This record gives sequence, structure tokens and C-alpha cells, in this order.
Amino acid sequence: MNTVVNHVSRDTLLSWLGEVMDPEVPVVSIVDLGILRDVQWHESLDSTLIVTVTPTYSGCPATEVIAQSICKALHARGISKVEVSTQLSPAWTTDWMTAQGRDALRAYGIAPPAASAARADGSLVIDIAALTFNKVSSKAVVPCPQCDSRNTRLLSQYGSTACKALYQCNSCLEPFDYFKPH
Amino acid sequence: MTAKFEYLLRLGDNCLVLSQQLSSWCGHGPALEEDLALTNTALDLLGQARLWLSYAGEVESAGRDEDALAYHRDAHEFRNLLIVEQPNGHYGNTIARQFLFDVWHQQLLAGLCQSSDSRISDIAQKSVKEARYHVERSAGLVIALGDGTALSHERMQSAIDKLWPYAHEWFESDVIDAQCAAGGLCPAAASLQASWYASVKAVLSRATLSTPDYTGHQKGGKRGLHTEHLSHMLAPMQVLQRTHPGAHW
Repeated sequence: MNTVVNHVSRDTLLSWLGEVMDPEVPVVSIVDLGILRDVQWHESLDSTLIVTVTPTYSGCPATEVIAQSICKALHARGISKVEVSTQLSPAWTTDWMTAQGRDALRAYGIAPPAASAARADGSLVIDIAALTFNKVSSKAVVPCPQCDSRNTRLLSQYGSTACKALYQCNSCLEPFDYFKPH
Repeated sequence: MTAKFEYLLRLGDNCLVLSQQLSSWCGHGPALEEDLALTNTALDLLGQARLWLSYAGEVESAGRDEDALAYHRDAHEFRNLLIVEQPNGHYGNTIARQFLFDVWHQQLLAGLCQSSDSRISDIAQKSVKEARYHVERSAGLVIALGDGTALSHERMQSAIDKLWPYAHEWFESDVIDAQCAAGGLCPAAASLQASWYASVKAVLSRATLSTPDYTGHQKGGKRGLHTEHLSHMLAPMQVLQRTHPGAHW
């Protein structure tokens, strides 16, 4: 039996949640990924801990696994009443990923995202008439996570998961995943 | 039956039906990259469908959740546009359908970000970011295939010509659309037409394809009058829940 621990400080909770990894990228925690939005004790709900997360992509199959992992991690620390709530707005952006998360991605062989695709002018709609559709020049340079070469090319706009694209390094020839700016 | 509920069904059913159609390409794409891209697009749309249909169920307050709405309605109760239920055909047909839809979808979602209903606005803000990838990719493929070989050009042109009559239903306002637009829930249906046409024409012209000029068009999906393709698609999608209602794992 776990001892019930109530009213653990926010910092402690965050450090515990910092050990919950994204199931699809198991080196990046939900804190480093920027999807953990809030933790709150609710007295009125009999000291339930509400953990608020935001999904990466709306169809991401990892979302439910993440909710389970959060409950499991906190239960193991003795917090018996945990509720995971989902918050859509503001919509998640890769700009919320921490520097530590980016380093972990790179070390794992995944190129971290460049600055988000959100337009400086605030436009939500992409102007397709203005796109060059040139796979190399229209994209930000994505350095190879293996050899740091900037001479890389896009192989596929989608990779092993919705959040990644597939690239190849022209210098060391290694193919690699790129965590897309979103 | 409120106008808002009907409107949410339309949004959700468009995503659900197109997602299900795209899923049929899984394992059959012309190249691994295309297979991945289409199934990922299907996944995005499925996630969006879940958000819209869950909200529709809450608005209806009749105890139906996203699953009840997806699996326990017959074809005539679906409110999707006819274009999304059109068959996958060859790859050019699938890409043409996707392109015409994506251009409209991202503009609609951008408009819905300003909705007077905060839940609609939240879902739209999430979805519009995904729609950006979709339209960038489908427009790029229309250009690559249209301005490709003689055969790919011919197939792309015939796919656009074939789907063109289905690409106007979304601009035609009915009483549901009008009521929701008047309440500030959504942009007026016709307001998206000029920018849609300009974007589509620009891409088709770069793809060396001609923009069809006929105006007659097909409609009915928004009020449940569908082509035969929808029920053929729903049968395999719904069979498990129809046979074993409430089954889950």
C-alpha cells in the first residue's frame, strides 16, 4: 500500500511529472515537450489533483497513453486521486519545448524543431499561391543530428509519427527524423 | 434539433468520412512516403472528427457520445459534404479530392477560430495548424502530378474535372448555415468562395491544368442526401459496433 500524500508542492509535482516520458519519443518528458499545462489541487473535489495537458496533434494516439502514464506515476508517489484534464486552447506549439527537451531529442537522433510555423503576421491560412514547392529551398535548414552537417534533404513530409518528417543527411547519408515545427 | 448541433455534425462528419476513405490507402500507397502521409492525414482528421462529434453529442444532450454518433447512425443521418465520400479512385483522384477539400477546410477553420462559441474556436485553432500541412502537401502533389508526365497530367486533369461539380456544395448556404452564421458561430458559407477559387486556380495553373468553367453542381450531403458511396463506406466502418454494440478494449 502506498501512503497517501496530499498537498505536495507544485515544484515536487512538476519534478515527478518530469519523469513521465512521451511514449513515442521516450527520451522527452511531458514537461520538456511542453504539453503539461497545469497542476492544481481541488479541495472541493476531496483533494483531487487535476493535471491539465494539451494534445500535440488532435489525432495523436499517444494522448491516452500519456494520461495513463501520468496517473500511474502519481499513484506510485502516493497520490490516489488524480484527474487528467485536456485543454485545447491555446493550441500546443513546438515553441514550448524546453532546451533540455531539444538536447535530448538531438542526442536520441531526432532533429529538434525550428521556430514554429506560426506566421509573424498572425495569418492562419497558408498562402499556397506563394509557396515555392521546392523541397530544399522552401524549408528551414535542418542540421543532421548525427554529424551536424547542414547539407540535408527532405525525404518525406511525414515520418514515423504525425509530429515528424523524414530527412536524410547528404554528408553522412544517415536518414533521420525531424520533429516538425508546429 | 438545434442548428448548432446540425452544424457540428457537418464539421465532424466531413472529417470522419474523409478520414475513413483515406485510411483505405494504408498499406496500398504508391510509395512508402505517400502511404505514411495519407494515413497521418487520416489520423489528424480522425482526431478532429472526435473533437467535433464529442461536442455535438454534448450540445444535443441526448446521451450520444462521439462513438454513438460515428457508429450508430445510418447514411441518411450523416451530414458530410458529398465530395468527401467520393471514392478514392486512382491516386490522382484521391489527391484532387484532398486538394479541393484542404483549401476550403483551412479557410473555414481559420474563420471558425473567430467563432462566438469558445469551444468551436478552441477546436478550430487546434485543427487549423494541421490543415496547413495538409494543404501544403496536397497542393504540392497536384503541381507535381499535373506538371509531370503526359499520363500523370491527363489523369490529374480528369480527376479535377470529375470532382469539380462536388466542390461547390460548401459555398451554398442553407437555413442551418445561415442561422449559425447569423449567430456568429461560423463564417458565412459564401464568404469563402472568392479566396478558395483564387487559390485553387493559382495552383492548377502552376500545375499546367485548366480550371473547369462549368457551374452545375451536386449537393445534398448537408441534409443527408448522399451518393451510394457513403453506405458502402459506412458498412465496414460500423460493422463491429453494430454487431457488438458497446464493444471496447
